[in-house]
Amino acid sequence: MSKMLIGLRDWVDERLPIVRAWDTHMGKYYAPKNFNFWYFFGVLSLLVLVNQLLTGIWLTMSFNPSAEGAFASVEYIMRDVDYGWIIRYMHSTGASAFFAVVYLHMFRGLLYGSYKKPRELVWIFGMLIYLALMAEGFLGYVLPWGQMSYWGAQVIVSLFGAIPVVGDAIVEWVRGDYLISGITLNRFFALHVVAIPIILLALVLLHILALHEVGSNNPDGVEIKKNKDENGVPRDGIAFHPYYTVHDLQAIVVFLFIFSTVLFFMPEMGGYFLEYANFEEANGLKTPAHIAPVWYYTPYYAMLRATTLEWFGMSSKLWGFIIMAAAIAILFVLPWLDRSPVKSWRYKGRLSKIALLTFPVVFIFLGYLGAKPADLVVLGIEGKSWAQWMTIVYFLFFLLMPIYTSIEKTKPVPDRVTMK
Amino acid sequence: MKKILAAFAIALFPLAALAAGGAAHLDHVETNVRDQAVLQRGAQLYMNYCMGCHSLQYERYQRFQTGLGVPEDLVMKHLRFDTEAKIGDLMENAMRDKDAKVWFGAPPPDLTLIARSRGVDYLYTYLRTFYKDPARPWGVNNKAFPDVGMPHVLLELQGLQECAPGPVHAGNGGIKRDPLTGKEVLFGDDGKPLNPCGRLKVTQPGTMTPAEYDSAMVDLVSFLEYIAEPTQQDRKRIGIYVLAFLLLFFVFAWLLNREYWKDVH
Repeated sequence: MSKMLIGLRDWVDERLPIVRAWDTHMGKYYAPKNFNFWYFFGVLSLLVLVNQLLTGIWLTMSFNPSAEGAFASVEYIMRDVDYGWIIRYMHSTGASAFFAVVYLHMFRGLLYGSYKKPRELVWIFGMLIYLALMAEGFLGYVLPWGQMSYWGAQVIVSLFGAIPVVGDAIVEWVRGDYLISGITLNRFFALHVVAIPIILLALVLLHILALHEVGSNNPDGVEIKKNKDENGVPRDGIAFHPYYTVHDLQAIVVFLFIFSTVLFFMPEMGGYFLEYANFEEANGLKTPAHIAPVWYYTPYYAMLRATTLEWFGMSSKLWGFIIMAAAIAILFVLPWLDRSPVKSWRYKGRLSKIALLTFPVVFIFLGYLGAKPADLVVLGIEGKSWAQWMTIVYFLFFLLMPIYTSIEKTKPVPDRVTMK
Repeated sequence: MKKILAAFAIALFPLAALAAGGAAHLDHVETNVRDQAVLQRGAQLYMNYCMGCHSLQYERYQRFQTGLGVPEDLVMKHLRFDTEAKIGDLMENAMRDKDAKVWFGAPPPDLTLIARSRGVDYLYTYLRTFYKDPARPWGVNNKAFPDVGMPHVLLELQGLQECAPGPVHAGNGGIKRDPLTGKEVLFGDDGKPLNPCGRLKVTQPGTMTPAEYDSAMVDLVSFLEYIAEPTQQDRKRIGIYVLAFLLLFFVFAWLLNREYWKDVH
């Protein structure tokens, strides 16, 4: 039996280099041996991606992408399809989990300078994945055709209307109708289940190929390829398989434990994974009192909502849109904003450390503001003012980066990785 | 390990922060979706008093019947008013939206998912706070849903409630009380009630005492919570097994990792 399998492998390998591919990406891909907790989120993102693809396929089998049938078909999946509720909750919880692990994965990149030369392309492909993911999440949220699906789509699509001259035409083109309707739902369904997943998969492939070309960074920011043994294997490297496959397996189990806790015991997550208003069918004549996007978009939503600029005769809505877009776009040029001679925050100076710790606090706070009604007051100060200040700090983190990373005193980077 | 815990705390922080924050005052209800007797009593109330206007169109009679543990023939005989409906049919009703709009101003919503969209506390408060208001078309108003278009269909059970002066909050946030007697201050210096509709009093009793009525509403709300997610109990039961499996699996994953990594320094 095993002889036959080996024969089959060799037969294929002569025609398609599967052994070489395995070695390049698994068996002889040497990853630094000092990965810490923060290095689990890449593989977890991949796990959630697979979860979304598989559950998505099964959901598609019973989902009815029409304005008349969408909402009822989701309940059909929840009630009449055998274990359909597990599939649906895996998909809805998976959407939030995807963003949670991707945000942590991105923050890891910030901490250890994983975006810096020679990994700029890895970072840019990653950012494109994030962008595609945001589109995918938005499109998918419209499909259950609940009140938040409908009004969320209404708010987001109408943003394009702020573009001068062609805005209204673009909005109409995106919706395919004069308002969000079944036609919009149909096209969003097509994009959600076919177009964006293909783009996502292609980008994930490029992200990993680019990474495996230059090799993984590590918490010390030391290039392990500079120190190889007589066989050309990095002295601080370790084969991805089996060392990191067994290592990551532990993280996968821990992740699944948390994931399952949410899935089985609090699938709505207090209204933040599944918004309560979305259990009511979409009604174009009844605007909900408080329209909030799902938690993973709220930092940007807070920026959009807090913008009151009306410079150059352009509306504050347009400026909000520009600021929101810029907040994401600026992440793309991160590799060229960081002028530090070292990669990891372990060896950067005090200014960088302060900036790196402030940034997530600001981002989370913006997320909190974006999820709350606009008239929120925190510590006696209007939520809007908070959001404006936090937006400024968000941008300062990037705009001042060339300055604070170049003037601060860095610590010497060791020659070899450290195991702490 | 501490570092890992701290990182998880950071990861979960936004959710904890988001989950805080409250809404307007609602009476809290402890529902019981595990007790079939409670659900059966709730279903009985629902089918007799609510179903005529409010369908349960996402649920089928059969699942309703098996989930509640009521024999099929009893459901077909006593809990189904649409004589054409088969056991596998969706629980729809005969009211047409067009007519309903004329009668009530808006078609009565389907209530299959109402417990998930509005929450059980809201339903419990809503069902118990109808009061007499001659200015409204049906002679009643509601404290949880002001100017609601729905008549008080449970009037014969609860009886008619009327507004009575209720307590008000003092400057410090507590109930305003007389400093000498400790009694709640209900009337202002001008003799007018400070909070004219702070309490509701039954003035024309129904067939139930207030305590019986509250208990019946717990049954009804429990039924609504059940029908909003019939798989809720299955979900939790299966969840326990999944988590137990993952705990066990972690031990092996941990041992496997330790075995491979023992030579890496």
